[in-house]
Amino acid sequence: MTAVLAVLEQRDGALRKVSHEVVTGARRLADGLGGEVEALVFGTGPVRGTDQLAKYGADRVVTATGAAFASYAPEGFARAVAEHAQAGGYRAVLFAASATGKDLAPRVAARLRVALAMDVTDVAMEGGAVTATRPVYAGKALLRVQLGGAPAILALRPNVFTPVERPRPGAAATVALDLPAGRVIVKHVKAAAAGAVDVAEAPIVISGGRGLKEPANFKLLEELARAFGGSAAVGASRAVVDAGWRPHADQVGQTGKTVSPTLYVAVGISGAIQHLAGMRTSKVIVAINKDKDAPIFKICDYGIVGDLFEIVPRLTEEIKKAVGH
Amino acid sequence: MKIAVCIKRVPDSETRVKIAPDGKSLDEAGVKFVLNPYDEFAVEEALRRKEQAGAGEVVIVCLGPAAAQETIRSALAMGADRGVLLQTDRIPADGFEVAKALAAELKDGGWDLILFGKMAIDDYNHQVGPMVAELLGLACVTAVAHLELAPGTGTAEREIEGGIEVVEFPLPAVLTTEKGLNEPRYPALKGIMAAKKKPLPTKPVALPPGGIEVLALLPPAERKDGRIVGEGPDAVAELVRLLREDAKVL
Repeated sequence: MTAVLAVLEQRDGALRKVSHEVVTGARRLADGLGGEVEALVFGTGPVRGTDQLAKYGADRVVTATGAAFASYAPEGFARAVAEHAQAGGYRAVLFAASATGKDLAPRVAARLRVALAMDVTDVAMEGGAVTATRPVYAGKALLRVQLGGAPAILALRPNVFTPVERPRPGAAATVALDLPAGRVIVKHVKAAAAGAVDVAEAPIVISGGRGLKEPANFKLLEELARAFGGSAAVGASRAVVDAGWRPHADQVGQTGKTVSPTLYVAVGISGAIQHLAGMRTSKVIVAINKDKDAPIFKICDYGIVGDLFEIVPRLTEEIKKAVGH
Repeated sequence: MKIAVCIKRVPDSETRVKIAPDGKSLDEAGVKFVLNPYDEFAVEEALRRKEQAGAGEVVIVCLGPAAAQETIRSALAMGADRGVLLQTDRIPADGFEVAKALAAELKDGGWDLILFGKMAIDDYNHQVGPMVAELLGLACVTAVAHLELAPGTGTAEREIEGGIEVVEFPLPAVLTTEKGLNEPRYPALKGIMAAKKKPLPTKPVALPPGGIEVLALLPPAERKDGRIVGEGPDAVAELVRLLREDAKVL
């Protein structure tokens, strides 16, 4: 029995990393149901990385191919997923709560006329029902909910569901779908600077606040991020985004992104409640601030009190030595 | 340009969350409520589009308790023409129920645009706008950070991981707004006075609970007390050792 559908994402013909997390979440629900996981991905042809999905618990991998699927097509994808979900009779349909998933999941839920739990950080089968935990009030509280819909629709927060190896058959299938893209067309994607990692998905985030004194000083944080070897993103507090020092896409906090990286380094950020809300679920938090009474030191794991302009360059050197970049 | 803007009354972002005795909701005692920050961008965009067109109407639609009249008035003070409150004391956790109620109100309104904030900063549901679009059969672009309109069509930019999607869509459309789209105006005293006289009918609505049952509202996991490794650059070596050997993140 196929119990859970995992809707995956690809870009430029390669599966995105967040897809493994969605399969991991789907596997957890399917194990609770004693059922199978089917993974669904869209493309114009074969998608690189789908052969890895068996390792994370996919029983079957369906690649839906069509001319309309070269890039994200909101209406075409919504129709295809909704029709696929309806035909498959799944108990649950899972998405990533990525930029695409946040756009697609509500459309699919509305087409299926069922509820959607967005930005979920935990899922389980309890007493035969799908339950989920989701941060609300920007992580100042957690809401535990039970989903009654058939299927239950959930979008999983990136970086939370650590991929777990759980080998299954992963039988591959391809279906050709001759569907129109719809009225809303992605004309092109303006790529960010080569190698840039998004703060919402980066395993390491180095964030700066007003303590940096001026926009040009963010280069200190960019150098520290580079020392981690391409896995780190540079984030920012609301104060410096509102001042126009950094783009809004980099803002961490209640009116920016909520992040859960493995390592969060807060530099020159005092720790206003609305910032703490956006990063408190990080696994390890390091704070560097000249004010020993700054609220950020209350929630960090490791703090250094002092002048960031002396501390950050030293940290960059030590990280280079430690990770060999 | 006839534009509807759907807004929500939410706790201010500085709110310290206290859980009510029912264990399932926010204790609202002492909480300051504001217009959802993302909805401010939607109101501002609607006003600019109407001003550019030289004619039209901006209508504020809000689902919420009687106190949300105040929130609607703050949008009217910015310059919107009139408002309507779909009054209920219980907003269900299921965003699709909210979308159905809003779609029923907006249906057959002859709108050129229906705008929403991309999400509300209380429930983080991030879904009502595109659900309303599906229910009304309208084109929809979410999290719009840049917008250009031409007769019958529009181009929007939305942030995705590591890039920006450039999206074309036909009008009428539902758009949800992202921070950065514009800089919302502050209501002037004249606007605040004028807002008091603008039409704001109230329609009682009763929404079913829908497909999401709230089991509990819980405090987030406590973090262990922070540890100051040391002062100044000399503490860096010890920090890196702790990250490698203690936290094991390097």
